[in-house]
Amino acid sequence: MPHRVEPSKGGLLSAQTALLAIAVAASVCLSLRIGAHPLSWADLGQLWFPVGSATVDRSTVATLVYQIRLPRIVAALSIGAGLSVAGASYQGLFRNSLVSPDILGASSGAAFGAALGIMLSLGIAAVQGLAFASGLSAVLLTYLLSRSVGGGTFTLRLVLTGMVVGSLAMAGVAVIKTLADPYSKLPMITYWLLGSLSAITAADVKVLLPPLLAGMAVLMALRWPLNAMALGEEEARALGVATTRIRLLTLLSATLVTSVSVAIGGVIGWVGLMVPHLVRFWIGPNHRDVLPRSFLLGALFLLWADNLARCLFAGELPIGAVTCACGIPVFLLLLRRASGSWSE
Amino acid sequence: MTLTLHRLSCGYSRTPVLRDVSFSVGAGEFVCLLGPNGSGKTALLKTLVGILEPLDGRIQVGGKDWAAWSARERAAQIAYVPQAHAPLFAFRVLDVVAMGRTARWPLWSGPTESDWKAARGALDLVEMQDFAERRYTELSGGERQMILLARALAQEARFLVLDEPVSSLDFGNQVRVLQTLRRLVSDGFGVIMATHHPEHALRCANRVAVVGNGRLSPAAHPEEVLTPEVLEAIYQVPFLVTQLTGRDGRPFSLCTPHLS
Repeated sequence: MPHRVEPSKGGLLSAQTALLAIAVAASVCLSLRIGAHPLSWADLGQLWFPVGSATVDRSTVATLVYQIRLPRIVAALSIGAGLSVAGASYQGLFRNSLVSPDILGASSGAAFGAALGIMLSLGIAAVQGLAFASGLSAVLLTYLLSRSVGGGTFTLRLVLTGMVVGSLAMAGVAVIKTLADPYSKLPMITYWLLGSLSAITAADVKVLLPPLLAGMAVLMALRWPLNAMALGEEEARALGVATTRIRLLTLLSATLVTSVSVAIGGVIGWVGLMVPHLVRFWIGPNHRDVLPRSFLLGALFLLWADNLARCLFAGELPIGAVTCACGIPVFLLLLRRASGSWSE
Repeated sequence: MTLTLHRLSCGYSRTPVLRDVSFSVGAGEFVCLLGPNGSGKTALLKTLVGILEPLDGRIQVGGKDWAAWSARERAAQIAYVPQAHAPLFAFRVLDVVAMGRTARWPLWSGPTESDWKAARGALDLVEMQDFAERRYTELSGGERQMILLARALAQEARFLVLDEPVSSLDFGNQVRVLQTLRRLVSDGFGVIMATHHPEHALRCANRVAVVGNGRLSPAAHPEEVLTPEVLEAIYQVPFLVTQLTGRDGRPFSLCTPHLS
């Protein structure tokens, strides 16, 4: 019995994509309202197009929206989209649907840099900078190590050396945790390792967006050749695909996106693994459609995860805990429903 | 158009497994490579399609030197059909076939209307048009092999390089793949196929070359090459070669290893 799969060309501009985009826009509006200080539509509306009578004064709303909620919403959207697109790209490139964006040690490396920065009492911008730099360095180390060891394909060596570098970085984090001041520094490090968007400012967003968008633009552009790469590098080369160039560009861009996301938002797990899975289950594995769809769904998912993190209890929850708690049931459900539909 | 190898050495990571290989394949020719496991057939084929770089010697297509060509230009001349395998992702069959045309576009681009048409045309050529919307991972081994052949055809290269395409297939699928290949050869394609079936070489090939001891024997007519002595030398077991008459009244040779 023939199995209908959506035609490739319909992916980007389909009704489903439009609906998802509308859902993202609606969620943004809703997210502006909710929080420790709830706003009505009328309160919110007075900023742009006054409707009805507002109960909160305009300058309070402006501060709340422009300085606190909007930066945080934009960060959640872009980090969610970035981690999902990077995850989908890594999974295609490494031909493994269980690969997550920290496969090459980017997250662990960034975690080490951030922990070190916090221990040394650096300012927030310096901590972010150190996290970013050490995330990139970890991936570079993975890359150099994988070139120096023998055996297996290059991709396999990358995955294995990535594991080694990731473990090394986490060992460093463990050492820092034992050395850090248990009353002031240790809670900060722990909180950072679980991921949080609570301290996001408009300035953070300005730092976050350019590399994130640039990285995602490259990944989006390479999404068809990524299909050929997912067949295996030898086959792709025999098809005349410039495999070295595509691999390098994909690795660079996905690493950039991951490192900057982790540097700003901390280690937020499960998004980059679960969202692409959900998308492939939904529309099939063609990266031409999977990447744009992961972009939208990842943005939507992390926005709501962050809304839960800030609204569920009086105090903030770490967003990493929320994504994990939401991600695991969804993932288990997918495994149950989809067993056999990926491969044999 | 002729594909020519001059004193080619090939192998993995600078250690040659085959040296001094010279032969040529023309359009409309079917050449089979026979040789024991590990003799270097696959290394030779991978060198032909650009997966491995030649360690020494030259490859020429239509008199032009291969080394000067980009991967993309090579793909326009020679297409590779690997042994069928299940990829991780359940791609749609038509997408798999369209991937054969990837080298035609700039990196950031994808298939256009004419590419989808060419992909469907390639599926027609191997008579698999009804499978276009199926998932590749749901197909049987024989069906997958046909789809990989279609992908190579979508590449629109003159030469097809096949690595043991029928090794994991049942008799029915073996015959279907070989018949398709024969039809393509009569349409003007040049085919180079590695195989473990001397009979397939006898039935399909214009010429047969034997790989062994790091060398490639000069390609010659299958009936001349595939004698019991040569087969015994290749596989190190006794062989029987007998003459039978086919349904069409024409004689053909049957060779089989002797189980004592």
